[in-house]
Amino acid sequence: MANTSTGLRIRPAQLDDVPAVIALDEEVTGLAKPGYWGDMFERFGDRRRGQRFFLVAEREGRVEGFVIGETRAWEFGSPPCGWIFAIQVRPKGRLKGVGTQLFNAICDRFRKTGVVSVRTMLARDNTTILSFFRSQGMMAGPFIELETTLEGGSPP
Amino acid sequence: MKLQKATCFALFAILELAAEPTRQLAAAEIADKYGISLHHLAKVLRDLGRAGIVDAARGVGGGYRLAGNPKRLTLMDVIELFEPIESETLSGDEPRPPTDIGRALSLVLNEIDEHALATFRSITISTMLKIVRQRPWAASLGERRPRKRAQRG
Repeated sequence: MANTSTGLRIRPAQLDDVPAVIALDEEVTGLAKPGYWGDMFERFGDRRRGQRFFLVAEREGRVEGFVIGETRAWEFGSPPCGWIFAIQVRPKGRLKGVGTQLFNAICDRFRKTGVVSVRTMLARDNTTILSFFRSQGMMAGPFIELETTLEGGSPP
Repeated sequence: MKLQKATCFALFAILELAAEPTRQLAAAEIADKYGISLHHLAKVLRDLGRAGIVDAARGVGGGYRLAGNPKRLTLMDVIELFEPIESETLSGDEPRPPTDIGRALSLVLNEIDEHALATFRSITISTMLKIVRQRPWAASLGERRPRKRAQRG
């Protein structure tokens, strides 16, 4: 659906959008991951569309950002819940509400699957995205992420 | 987590000022609302003024207003003006004895500190005002959330 005041349209990703998503991610992270994003499109853009969502924000034919998520049930003992796995906005297009519209759009889709909560996980030092999710009303939830280094391995 | 008095006073003042950006608030108004020492609050406001976070207008009708950008100003920015806040690892201090047990204890306490620091760095004054308006604590107190139109201050 297009937001007429900003010309921004949030819609499901198409196969044609994948190169733009790869380029946007490379612009943000400095690393091109074509295989990873192709796989993400297959898993979230192409299958089980009622539960999995790969949305892009498009303005005048250009991908300004994207969000990926899924409604998952009983993982870690949790009742069905929306999970956001990735959200990115083109650096030059930030602070214009694109991220908020993507977040709201995926939350609307989660709501339609019957869930009442949304969850995500991100690096503690990723202050920009952490602040973004906080600004959307998200707070620490009832789970704690734990990890260990396997014997013989070294921490990343 | 316990913050020092001056830090809390600073956060009360900044949040009050950010909630009413078109008004200038007198220090006495804020001190009365929170039942805190006007003298202590005035000192805190002077520190905030020196840091460029609030502006003061003197004379009749004078008061304070927020000078910082509430969408950019984080809890961390305010807290670190008034108290040292850093994890043991970052500070380089080793207050615990350099034994394996001392180091293990530092490791666990550092985990807690790192979460606290990430929280303070990621919450802006604007986000705090949203939390105030949403009143997430109301449900646990059995209160009704205010209707959207009534969501102010």
